[in-house]
Amino acid sequence: MFKKIYNISDQGIICDFGSEINKEINSKVIGVFNYINNNLDLKRELGIVNCIPSYNKIVIQYDLLLVSSDSIIKYISSIKEHQLSYQNNQKKFELPICYDTEYGLDLESISKQNKISIEEIIYLHHETSFYVYMMGFLPGFPFMGDLTNKLFTSRLTTPRVFVPAKSVAIVEKFCAIYPFESPGGWNIIGKTPTKLFEKNKKNPSLLYPGAEVKFKSISKEALMVMESKHNE
Amino acid sequence: MSKYYFQVERAGVHTTFQDLGRFNVQHLGICPGGSMDSNLLKISNKLVNNPLHVGVMEFAYQGPRLKLISGKAKIAITGNVYFTIERQCNPSSLEQCNSFETYNLEEGDTIDILATKKSIYGYLSIEGGFQLKQFYNSVSTLTRSGIGPNDGKKIEENLKIFFIKKNDNNNKKIVQWKSEFDDNIIRVLPGPQFHYFSKESIKKFFLSTYKITNHSDRMGMRLEGHKLENIVSSNIASEGIMKGSIQVTGDGNPIILMAEHPTIGGYPKIATVISADFAKVAQLSPGKEITFEKVKLLKAEKYFHDQQEILDKIY
Repeated sequence: MFKKIYNISDQGIICDFGSEINKEINSKVIGVFNYINNNLDLKRELGIVNCIPSYNKIVIQYDLLLVSSDSIIKYISSIKEHQLSYQNNQKKFELPICYDTEYGLDLESISKQNKISIEEIIYLHHETSFYVYMMGFLPGFPFMGDLTNKLFTSRLTTPRVFVPAKSVAIVEKFCAIYPFESPGGWNIIGKTPTKLFEKNKKNPSLLYPGAEVKFKSISKEALMVMESKHNE
Repeated sequence: MSKYYFQVERAGVHTTFQDLGRFNVQHLGICPGGSMDSNLLKISNKLVNNPLHVGVMEFAYQGPRLKLISGKAKIAITGNVYFTIERQCNPSSLEQCNSFETYNLEEGDTIDILATKKSIYGYLSIEGGFQLKQFYNSVSTLTRSGIGPNDGKKIEENLKIFFIKKNDNNNKKIVQWKSEFDDNIIRVLPGPQFHYFSKESIKKFFLSTYKITNHSDRMGMRLEGHKLENIVSSNIASEGIMKGSIQVTGDGNPIILMAEHPTIGGYPKIATVISADFAKVAQLSPGKEITFEKVKLLKAEKYFHDQQEILDKIY
Protein backbone atom coordinates (compact mmCIF):
# COMPACT_ATOMS: atom_id res chain seq x y z
CA MET A 1 0.00 0.00 0.00
CA PHE A 2 2.83 2.42 0.89
CA LYS A 3 5.42 3.14 -1.77
CA LYS A 4 7.77 4.84 0.70
CA ILE A 5 7.81 6.30 4.20
CA TYR A 6 10.52 8.77 5.20
CA ASN A 7 11.36 11.77 7.37
CA ILE A 8 10.69 15.29 6.12
CA SER A 9 11.59 16.95 9.43
CA ASP A 10 12.92 15.90 12.83
CA GLN A 11 9.29 15.77 13.97
CA GLY A 12 7.54 14.58 10.82
CA ILE A 13 7.31 11.76 8.29
CA ILE A 14 5.58 11.43 4.94
CA CYS A 15 3.80 8.27 3.75
CA ASP A 16 3.83 8.06 -0.04
CA PHE A 17 0.99 6.13 -1.73
CA GLY A 18 2.20 6.85 -5.28
CA SER A 19 2.27 9.77 -7.66
CA GLU A 20 -1.12 9.42 -9.36
CA ILE A 21 -4.13 11.39 -8.25
CA ASN A 22 -7.35 9.38 -8.44
CA LYS A 23 -10.20 8.26 -6.23
CA GLU A 24 -8.77 4.76 -5.81
CA ILE A 25 -5.48 5.91 -4.24
CA ASN A 26 -7.20 8.73 -2.37
CA SER A 27 -9.62 6.30 -0.68
CA LYS A 28 -6.63 4.32 0.70
CA VAL A 29 -5.16 7.57 2.03
CA ILE A 30 -8.47 8.39 3.77
CA GLY A 31 -8.58 4.79 5.08
CA VAL A 32 -5.15 5.01 6.73
CA PHE A 33 -5.91 8.49 8.01
CA ASN A 34 -9.15 7.29 9.68
CA TYR A 35 -7.34 4.23 11.10
CA ILE A 36 -4.75 6.43 12.83
CA ASN A 37 -6.90 9.41 13.68
CA ASN A 38 -9.73 7.41 15.29
CA ASN A 39 -7.33 5.41 17.46
CA LEU A 40 -6.59 7.75 20.36
CA ASP A 41 -4.51 5.20 22.30
CA LEU A 42 -2.31 4.63 19.27
CA LYS A 43 -1.86 8.37 18.75
CA ARG A 44 -0.89 8.88 22.38
CA GLU A 45 1.49 5.93 22.36
CA LEU A 46 3.21 7.11 19.18
CA GLY A 47 3.21 10.79 20.19
CA ILE A 48 1.28 11.74 17.02
CA VAL A 49 0.11 15.36 17.17
CA ASN A 50 -1.16 15.75 13.60
CA CYS A 51 -2.09 13.46 10.74
CA ILE A 52 -2.59 15.24 7.43
CA PRO A 53 -4.05 13.33 4.46
CA SER A 54 -3.72 14.71 0.93
CA TYR A 55 -4.29 13.32 -2.61
CA ASN A 56 -1.77 10.50 -2.32
CA LYS A 57 0.31 11.24 0.79
CA ILE A 58 -0.08 11.40 4.55
CA VAL A 59 2.16 13.64 6.62
CA ILE A 60 2.41 12.62 10.27
CA GLN A 61 3.72 15.08 12.82
CA TYR A 62 4.96 13.62 16.10
CA ASP A 63 6.37 14.94 19.36
CA LEU A 64 10.12 14.29 19.45
CA LEU A 65 10.03 14.49 23.25
CA LEU A 66 7.93 11.31 23.28
CA VAL A 67 9.03 9.26 20.28
CA SER A 68 11.81 8.97 17.69
CA SER A 69 11.42 8.63 13.96
CA ASP A 70 12.54 4.96 13.88
CA SER A 71 9.74 3.63 16.04
CA ILE A 72 7.04 5.65 14.32
CA ILE A 73 8.14 4.64 10.81
CA LYS A 74 8.27 1.00 11.91
CA TYR A 75 4.73 1.08 13.26
CA ILE A 76 3.12 2.96 10.36
CA SER A 77 4.82 0.60 7.85
CA SER A 78 3.12 -2.34 9.55
CA ILE A 79 -0.44 -1.09 8.84
CA LYS A 80 -2.05 -3.39 6.25
CA GLU A 81 -4.80 -2.60 3.78
CA HIS A 82 -7.23 -5.19 5.19
CA GLN A 83 -7.17 -3.42 8.58
CA LEU A 84 -8.75 -0.31 7.06
CA SER A 85 -12.45 0.42 6.93
CA TYR A 86 -13.93 2.49 4.14
CA GLN A 87 -16.78 4.80 4.96
CA ASN A 88 -19.27 5.71 2.29
CA ASN A 89 -21.08 8.79 3.46
CA GLN A 90 -20.90 10.96 0.38
CA LYS A 91 -23.27 13.88 0.43
CA LYS A 92 -24.00 16.09 -2.59
CA PHE A 93 -23.61 19.83 -2.20
CA GLU A 94 -24.81 22.54 -4.60
CA LEU A 95 -22.80 25.76 -4.29
CA PRO A 96 -23.81 29.04 -5.99
CA ILE A 97 -21.07 30.78 -8.01
CA CYS A 98 -20.85 34.16 -9.74
CA TYR A 99 -18.50 34.11 -12.76
CA ASP A 100 -18.54 37.91 -13.31
CA THR A 101 -15.05 39.11 -14.30
CA GLU A 102 -15.14 41.47 -11.32
CA TYR A 103 -14.61 38.31 -9.22
CA GLY A 104 -13.15 35.96 -11.82
CA LEU A 105 -9.85 37.83 -11.82
CA ASP A 106 -8.01 35.30 -14.00
CA LEU A 107 -10.76 34.39 -16.51
CA GLU A 108 -9.17 36.57 -19.19
CA SER A 109 -5.63 35.23 -18.72
CA ILE A 110 -6.90 31.61 -18.72
CA SER A 111 -8.87 32.41 -21.90
CA LYS A 112 -5.70 33.69 -23.59
CA GLN A 113 -3.40 30.92 -22.35
CA ASN A 114 -5.77 28.04 -23.07
CA LYS A 115 -7.16 29.65 -26.26
CA ILE A 116 -10.79 29.21 -25.31
CA SER A 117 -13.51 31.79 -24.73
CA ILE A 118 -14.53 32.92 -21.25
CA GLU A 119 -18.04 31.57 -21.99
CA GLU A 120 -16.56 28.13 -22.66
CA ILE A 121 -14.47 28.20 -19.46
CA ILE A 122 -17.63 28.98 -17.49
CA TYR A 123 -19.67 26.30 -19.31
CA LEU A 124 -17.04 23.58 -18.76
CA HIS A 125 -16.53 24.43 -15.11
CA HIS A 126 -20.26 24.65 -14.45
CA GLU A 127 -20.91 21.20 -16.01
CA THR A 128 -18.32 19.41 -13.84
CA SER A 129 -19.33 17.12 -10.98
CA PHE A 130 -16.63 17.52 -8.36
CA TYR A 131 -15.23 15.03 -5.81
CA VAL A 132 -13.50 16.39 -2.67
CA TYR A 133 -10.05 14.76 -2.43
CA MET A 134 -8.92 16.58 0.70
CA MET A 135 -9.34 19.63 2.89
CA GLY A 136 -6.52 21.94 3.72
CA PHE A 137 -4.34 24.93 3.12
CA LEU A 138 -6.90 26.98 5.12
CA PRO A 139 -9.81 25.92 7.39
CA GLY A 140 -12.61 24.53 5.22
CA PHE A 141 -10.64 24.81 1.96
CA PRO A 142 -11.60 21.90 -0.37
CA PHE A 143 -9.43 20.40 -3.12
CA MET A 144 -11.88 19.10 -5.74
CA GLY A 145 -11.57 17.35 -9.10
CA ASP A 146 -11.57 16.57 -11.93
CA LEU A 147 -11.70 19.36 -14.52
CA THR A 148 -11.53 18.63 -18.24
CA ASN A 149 -8.03 19.12 -19.68
CA LYS A 150 -9.23 22.17 -21.67
CA LEU A 151 -9.24 24.02 -18.35
CA PHE A 152 -5.83 22.85 -17.11
CA THR A 153 -3.72 25.75 -15.78
CA SER A 154 -0.51 26.18 -13.77
CA ARG A 155 -0.14 28.03 -10.50
CA LEU A 156 0.68 31.73 -10.75
CA THR A 157 4.42 32.22 -10.98
CA THR A 158 4.28 34.69 -8.10
CA PRO A 159 1.41 33.97 -5.72
CA ARG A 160 -1.01 36.81 -4.93
CA VAL A 161 -0.47 38.40 -1.53
CA PHE A 162 -4.27 38.79 -1.16
CA VAL A 163 -6.86 36.47 -2.66
CA PRO A 164 -10.39 37.71 -1.80
CA ALA A 165 -12.44 35.51 0.54
CA LYS A 166 -14.82 32.97 -1.12
CA SER A 167 -12.94 33.08 -4.43
CA VAL A 168 -13.36 29.94 -6.54
CA ALA A 169 -10.09 29.07 -8.24
CA ILE A 170 -8.53 26.40 -10.44
CA VAL A 171 -5.14 24.76 -11.02
CA GLU A 172 -4.40 21.70 -13.18
CA LYS A 173 -7.47 19.42 -12.94
CA PHE A 174 -8.51 20.85 -9.58
CA CYS A 175 -10.90 23.42 -8.24
CA ALA A 176 -10.81 25.05 -4.79
CA ILE A 177 -12.57 27.73 -2.77
CA TYR A 178 -10.75 30.21 -0.49
CA PRO A 179 -12.91 30.46 2.68
CA PHE A 180 -10.95 33.51 3.91
CA GLU A 181 -8.76 36.23 2.44
CA SER A 182 -5.28 34.79 2.13
CA PRO A 183 -2.18 34.67 -0.05
CA GLY A 184 -2.59 32.17 -2.87
CA GLY A 185 -1.35 31.01 -6.24
CA TRP A 186 -4.47 29.57 -7.93
CA ASN A 187 -6.29 31.08 -10.93
CA ILE A 188 -9.47 32.81 -9.76
CA ILE A 189 -12.59 32.24 -11.88
CA GLY A 190 -15.47 33.40 -9.66
CA LYS A 191 -16.94 33.85 -6.22
CA THR A 192 -19.42 31.94 -4.05
CA PRO A 193 -21.57 33.53 -1.31
CA THR A 194 -21.53 30.28 0.72
CA LYS A 195 -19.62 30.14 3.99
CA LEU A 196 -17.30 27.13 3.99
CA PHE A 197 -16.10 27.38 7.57
CA GLU A 198 -18.16 28.58 10.54
CA LYS A 199 -16.29 28.18 13.78
CA ASN A 200 -19.40 28.38 15.99
CA LYS A 201 -21.02 25.35 14.37
CA LYS A 202 -20.58 21.87 15.80
CA ASN A 203 -18.90 20.79 12.55
CA PRO A 204 -17.18 24.00 11.46
CA SER A 205 -16.19 22.75 8.00
CA LEU A 206 -19.04 22.47 5.43
CA LEU A 207 -17.19 20.04 3.14
CA TYR A 208 -15.07 16.96 3.87
CA PRO A 209 -13.02 14.44 1.88
CA GLY A 210 -15.24 12.25 -0.29
CA ALA A 211 -18.10 14.77 -0.60
CA GLU A 212 -19.56 15.68 -4.04
CA VAL A 213 -20.03 19.24 -5.25
CA LYS A 214 -21.85 20.89 -8.20
CA PHE A 215 -21.78 24.63 -8.87
CA LYS A 216 -24.85 26.69 -9.78
CA SER A 217 -24.25 29.91 -11.72
CA ILE A 218 -25.77 33.10 -10.26
CA SER A 219 -25.77 36.78 -11.28
CA LYS A 220 -23.77 39.54 -9.58
CA GLU A 221 -27.01 40.89 -8.08
CA ALA A 222 -27.95 37.47 -6.69
CA LEU A 223 -24.46 37.12 -5.18
CA MET A 224 -24.81 40.45 -3.38
CA VAL A 225 -28.28 39.58 -2.06
CA MET A 226 -27.09 36.18 -0.81
CA GLU A 227 -23.96 37.65 0.78
CA SER A 228 -25.92 40.30 2.68
CA LYS A 229 -28.34 37.60 3.90
CA HIS A 230 -25.44 35.42 5.09
CA ASN A 231 -24.00 38.34 7.03
CA GLU A 232 -27.24 39.10 8.92
CA MET B 1 -16.28 35.75 34.44
CA SER B 2 -13.33 37.03 36.38
CA LYS B 3 -13.46 40.58 37.72
CA TYR B 4 -9.72 41.17 37.36
CA TYR B 5 -8.63 42.89 34.16
CA PHE B 6 -6.29 45.16 32.22
CA GLN B 7 -7.45 47.81 29.79
CA VAL B 8 -5.52 48.05 26.50
CA GLU B 9 -4.33 51.65 26.08
CA ARG B 10 -2.26 50.86 22.99
CA ALA B 11 -2.48 47.56 21.14
CA GLY B 12 0.98 47.35 19.59
CA VAL B 13 1.86 46.15 16.09
CA HIS B 14 0.66 42.55 16.22
CA THR B 15 -0.37 41.39 19.67
CA THR B 16 -2.18 38.05 19.98
CA PHE B 17 -2.79 35.30 22.50
CA GLN B 18 -0.75 32.17 21.79
CA ASP B 19 0.03 28.84 23.42
CA LEU B 20 2.04 25.88 22.11
CA GLY B 21 -0.43 25.38 19.26
CA ARG B 22 -3.63 23.62 18.22
CA PHE B 23 -3.11 19.99 17.27
CA ASN B 24 -5.07 17.08 15.75
CA VAL B 25 -7.12 19.34 13.45
CA GLN B 26 -4.71 20.03 10.62
CA HIS B 27 -6.72 17.62 8.43
CA LEU B 28 -9.62 20.14 8.63
CA GLY B 29 -7.37 22.82 7.25
CA ILE B 30 -6.61 24.33 10.67
CA CYS B 31 -2.89 24.90 11.15
CA PRO B 32 -1.22 24.47 14.55
CA GLY B 33 -0.31 28.15 14.93
CA GLY B 34 1.00 28.83 18.41
CA SER B 35 3.95 30.89 19.58
CA MET B 36 6.67 31.80 17.10
CA ASP B 37 9.33 31.37 19.81
CA SER B 38 8.09 28.57 22.03
CA ASN B 39 11.23 28.67 24.21
CA LEU B 40 10.31 32.18 25.35
CA LEU B 41 6.66 31.20 25.84
CA LYS B 42 7.65 28.31 28.10
CA ILE B 43 10.08 30.45 30.13
CA SER B 44 7.46 33.18 30.57
CA ASN B 45 5.05 30.62 32.02
CA LYS B 46 7.74 29.09 34.20
CA LEU B 47 8.56 32.48 35.73
CA VAL B 48 4.99 32.91 37.01
CA ASN B 49 4.61 29.23 38.02
CA ASN B 50 2.12 28.34 35.25
CA PRO B 51 2.09 25.04 33.36
CA LEU B 52 4.30 25.54 30.29
CA HIS B 53 1.51 25.33 27.70
CA VAL B 54 -0.68 28.10 29.19
CA GLY B 55 -1.74 30.87 26.78
CA VAL B 56 0.25 34.13 26.98
CA MET B 57 0.34 37.39 25.07
CA GLU B 58 2.71 37.43 22.10
CA PHE B 59 3.77 40.78 20.69
CA ALA B 60 5.90 41.74 17.71
CA TYR B 61 8.18 44.81 17.38
CA GLN B 62 6.12 47.13 19.57
CA GLY B 63 3.99 45.56 22.27
CA PRO B 64 0.88 46.82 24.07
CA ARG B 65 0.42 49.41 26.81
CA LEU B 66 -1.81 47.90 29.50
CA LYS B 67 -3.37 49.52 32.56
CA LEU B 68 -4.33 47.25 35.45
CA ILE B 69 -7.87 48.38 36.30
CA SER B 70 -8.89 45.71 38.77
CA GLY B 71 -6.97 43.15 40.83
CA LYS B 72 -3.30 42.50 41.62
CA ALA B 73 -1.11 40.69 39.12
CA LYS B 74 2.23 38.94 38.90
CA ILE B 75 3.59 39.22 35.38
CA ALA B 76 6.75 38.37 33.46
CA ILE B 77 8.08 39.37 30.07
CA THR B 78 10.49 37.27 28.02
CA GLY B 79 12.49 38.23 24.97
CA ASN B 80 14.87 41.06 24.20
CA VAL B 81 12.35 43.67 25.25
CA TYR B 82 12.42 47.30 26.36
CA PHE B 83 9.53 48.03 28.73
CA THR B 84 8.55 50.23 31.64
CA ILE B 85 6.07 50.25 34.52
CA GLU B 86 4.28 53.36 35.76
CA ARG B 87 3.27 52.95 39.41
CA GLN B 88 0.07 54.67 40.49
CA CYS B 89 1.59 55.19 43.95
CA ASN B 90 4.51 57.08 42.39
CA PRO B 91 3.32 58.57 39.08
CA SER B 92 6.32 60.86 38.54
CA SER B 93 8.90 58.06 38.25
CA LEU B 94 9.07 55.55 35.46
CA GLU B 95 10.39 52.10 36.39
CA GLN B 96 12.83 50.69 33.78
CA CYS B 97 12.27 46.93 33.75
CA ASN B 98 14.10 43.76 32.76
CA SER B 99 12.94 40.75 30.82
CA PHE B 100 13.10 37.34 32.48
CA GLU B 101 12.01 38.76 35.85
CA THR B 102 8.62 38.81 37.54
CA TYR B 103 6.91 42.06 38.54
CA ASN B 104 4.04 42.56 40.95
CA LEU B 105 1.44 45.03 39.73
CA GLU B 106 -1.11 46.90 41.86
CA GLU B 107 -4.40 48.40 40.76
CA GLY B 108 -3.79 51.49 38.62
CA ASP B 109 -0.27 50.46 37.51
CA THR B 110 0.52 50.59 33.80
CA ILE B 111 2.92 48.40 31.89
CA ASP B 112 4.25 49.81 28.62
CA ILE B 113 5.97 47.39 26.23
CA LEU B 114 7.83 49.80 23.98
CA ALA B 115 9.93 47.64 21.68
CA THR B 116 11.70 44.38 21.04
CA LYS B 117 15.42 44.87 20.43
CA LYS B 118 17.37 43.08 17.64
CA SER B 119 14.53 40.57 17.45
CA ILE B 120 10.80 40.44 16.71
CA TYR B 121 8.78 38.54 19.30
CA GLY B 122 8.32 38.86 23.04
CA TYR B 123 5.90 37.31 25.53
CA LEU B 124 3.86 38.56 28.48
CA SER B 125 2.66 35.96 30.96
CA ILE B 126 0.53 36.35 34.08
CA GLU B 127 0.35 34.10 37.12
CA GLY B 128 -2.76 31.94 36.91
CA GLY B 129 -3.20 32.74 33.21
CA PHE B 130 -5.45 34.99 31.15
CA GLN B 131 -9.13 34.15 30.92
CA LEU B 132 -9.39 32.74 27.39
CA LYS B 133 -11.86 30.52 25.54
CA GLN B 134 -10.45 27.39 23.94
CA PHE B 135 -11.19 26.19 20.41
CA TYR B 136 -10.13 22.60 19.78
CA ASN B 137 -8.17 22.59 23.09
CA SER B 138 -6.06 25.64 22.32
CA VAL B 139 -6.16 29.41 22.79
CA SER B 140 -3.82 30.18 19.89
CA THR B 141 -5.05 32.99 17.67
CA LEU B 142 -5.15 32.54 13.90
CA THR B 143 -5.96 36.01 12.60
CA ARG B 144 -6.32 34.98 8.95
CA SER B 145 -9.09 32.51 9.69
CA GLY B 146 -10.53 34.36 12.68
CA ILE B 147 -9.93 31.50 15.12
CA GLY B 148 -9.06 31.89 18.81
CA PRO B 149 -9.54 34.46 21.61
CA ASN B 150 -10.95 37.95 20.84
CA ASP B 151 -12.89 36.39 17.92
CA GLY B 152 -9.62 35.45 16.25
CA LYS B 153 -8.46 39.06 15.96
CA LYS B 154 -5.30 40.67 17.23
CA ILE B 155 -5.55 42.74 20.44
CA GLU B 156 -7.19 46.12 19.91
CA GLU B 157 -7.19 49.41 21.83
CA ASN B 158 -9.70 49.65 24.71
CA LEU B 159 -10.13 45.90 24.95
CA LYS B 160 -10.48 44.48 28.46
CA ILE B 161 -8.03 41.64 29.14
CA PHE B 162 -9.33 39.44 31.94
CA PHE B 163 -7.12 37.23 34.08
CA ILE B 164 -8.05 34.48 36.48
CA LYS B 165 -6.07 34.79 39.71
CA LYS B 166 -5.39 37.69 42.04
CA ASN B 167 -1.72 37.84 43.04
CA ASP B 168 -1.26 37.23 46.76
CA ASN B 169 2.51 37.51 47.34
CA ASN B 170 5.36 39.86 46.54
CA ASN B 171 7.94 37.20 45.70
CA LYS B 172 10.25 37.84 42.75
CA LYS B 173 11.73 35.31 40.38
CA ILE B 174 14.53 35.82 37.86
CA VAL B 175 15.98 33.40 35.29
CA GLN B 176 19.14 33.71 33.23
CA TRP B 177 18.52 33.39 29.49
CA LYS B 178 20.55 34.73 26.62
CA SER B 179 18.05 36.00 24.11
CA GLU B 180 20.54 36.90 21.38
CA PHE B 181 22.03 34.35 18.99
CA ASP B 182 25.72 34.18 18.04
CA ASP B 183 25.22 33.72 14.31
CA ASN B 184 22.63 33.61 11.53
CA ILE B 185 23.24 30.00 10.50
CA ILE B 186 20.01 28.03 10.14
CA ARG B 187 20.34 24.24 10.22
CA VAL B 188 18.09 22.22 7.92
CA LEU B 189 17.23 18.69 6.80
CA PRO B 190 16.61 17.92 3.12
CA GLY B 191 12.96 18.54 2.21
CA PRO B 192 10.65 16.07 0.43
CA GLN B 193 11.47 17.62 -3.00
CA PHE B 194 15.18 18.26 -2.40
CA HIS B 195 16.04 16.43 -5.65
CA TYR B 196 13.74 18.74 -7.68
CA PHE B 197 16.49 21.34 -7.72
CA SER B 198 19.60 21.46 -9.90
CA LYS B 199 22.94 20.46 -8.35
CA GLU B 200 24.19 23.98 -8.91
CA SER B 201 21.18 25.44 -7.11
CA ILE B 202 21.53 23.10 -4.15
CA LYS B 203 25.19 24.13 -3.88
CA LYS B 204 24.23 27.79 -4.01
CA PHE B 205 21.45 27.24 -1.47
CA PHE B 206 24.03 26.19 1.10
CA LEU B 207 26.88 28.51 0.10
CA SER B 208 25.17 31.82 -0.57
CA THR B 209 23.32 34.10 1.84
CA TYR B 210 19.60 34.83 1.81
CA LYS B 211 18.02 38.07 2.96
CA ILE B 212 14.81 38.15 5.00
CA THR B 213 12.35 40.42 3.15
CA ASN B 214 9.55 42.60 4.47
CA HIS B 215 7.03 39.98 3.36
CA SER B 216 7.54 38.07 6.58
CA ASP B 217 5.05 37.38 9.33
CA ARG B 218 3.63 34.58 11.47
CA MET B 219 2.74 32.63 8.31
CA GLY B 220 6.09 32.64 6.63
CA MET B 221 9.27 34.47 5.78
CA ARG B 222 9.98 35.27 2.15
CA LEU B 223 13.68 35.24 1.35
CA GLU B 224 15.68 36.92 -1.37
CA GLY B 225 18.95 35.63 -2.77
CA HIS B 226 20.16 33.11 -5.30
CA LYS B 227 17.11 31.99 -7.28
CA LEU B 228 16.73 28.23 -7.13
CA GLU B 229 16.45 26.37 -10.42
CA ASN B 230 13.79 23.70 -10.42
CA ILE B 231 14.60 20.92 -12.90
CA VAL B 232 11.52 18.72 -12.32
CA SER B 233 8.38 20.81 -11.79
CA SER B 234 7.47 23.94 -9.88
CA ASN B 235 4.10 22.41 -9.02
CA ILE B 236 3.62 19.24 -6.99
CA ALA B 237 0.48 17.41 -5.94
CA SER B 238 -0.44 19.38 -2.84
CA GLU B 239 0.65 17.63 0.35
CA GLY B 240 0.76 18.23 4.10
CA ILE B 241 3.07 20.96 5.35
CA MET B 242 4.97 21.26 8.61
CA LYS B 243 6.43 24.26 10.38
CA GLY B 244 9.94 24.99 9.15
CA SER B 245 9.37 23.72 5.61
CA ILE B 246 11.20 25.83 3.02
CA GLN B 247 9.09 25.95 -0.13
CA VAL B 248 10.24 27.40 -3.42
CA THR B 249 7.68 29.15 -5.62
CA GLY B 250 7.87 29.38 -9.40
CA ASP B 251 10.04 32.51 -9.27
CA GLY B 252 12.82 30.54 -7.49
CA ASN B 253 12.64 32.38 -4.16
CA PRO B 254 12.47 30.33 -0.97
CA ILE B 255 9.83 30.90 1.75
CA ILE B 256 10.29 29.52 5.27
CA LEU B 257 6.86 28.46 6.53
CA MET B 258 6.28 29.38 10.16
CA ALA B 259 3.61 28.93 12.88
CA GLU B 260 0.60 29.95 10.74
CA HIS B 261 1.70 27.94 7.70
CA PRO B 262 -0.88 26.62 5.25
CA THR B 263 -1.83 23.05 6.22
CA ILE B 264 -1.28 21.83 2.66
CA GLY B 265 0.66 23.26 -0.24
CA GLY B 266 1.68 22.64 -3.83
CA TYR B 267 5.13 24.18 -4.10
CA PRO B 268 8.22 21.95 -3.88
CA LYS B 269 10.09 22.07 -0.57
CA ILE B 270 13.87 22.06 -0.73
CA ALA B 271 14.56 21.76 3.00
CA THR B 272 13.10 21.86 6.52
CA VAL B 273 14.46 23.95 9.38
CA ILE B 274 15.33 21.71 12.33
CA SER B 275 13.16 22.12 15.44
CA ALA B 276 16.09 23.36 17.53
CA ASP B 277 16.40 26.41 15.22
CA PHE B 278 12.70 27.44 15.05
CA ALA B 279 13.12 30.13 17.71
CA LYS B 280 16.25 31.49 16.05
CA VAL B 281 14.54 31.82 12.67
CA ALA B 282 11.43 33.39 14.20
CA GLN B 283 13.43 36.21 15.76
CA LEU B 284 15.24 37.26 12.55
CA SER B 285 13.95 40.64 11.41
CA PRO B 286 13.63 41.77 7.77
CA GLY B 287 16.93 42.84 6.25
CA LYS B 288 19.01 40.24 8.10
CA GLU B 289 21.01 37.74 6.07
CA ILE B 290 21.11 34.04 6.82
CA THR B 291 22.89 30.96 5.58
CA PHE B 292 21.65 27.37 5.57
CA GLU B 293 23.61 24.39 6.86
CA LYS B 294 22.64 20.80 6.11
CA VAL B 295 22.62 18.40 9.07
CA LYS B 296 21.77 14.71 9.51
CA LEU B 297 18.52 13.57 11.14
CA LEU B 298 20.26 12.09 14.19
CA LYS B 299 22.08 15.37 14.77
CA ALA B 300 18.85 17.35 14.42
CA GLU B 301 17.22 15.12 17.02
CA LYS B 302 20.22 15.55 19.32
CA TYR B 303 20.21 19.36 19.00
CA PHE B 304 16.52 19.34 19.90
CA HIS B 305 17.07 17.19 23.00
CA ASP B 306 20.12 19.28 24.01
CA GLN B 307 18.00 22.42 23.81
CA GLN B 308 15.20 20.86 25.86
CA GLU B 309 17.75 19.87 28.47
CA ILE B 310 18.95 23.47 28.80
CA LEU B 311 15.35 24.63 29.09
CA ASP B 312 14.62 21.97 31.71
CA LYS B 313 17.58 23.13 33.77
CA ILE B 314 16.52 26.75 33.96
CA TYR B 315 13.02 25.78 35.06
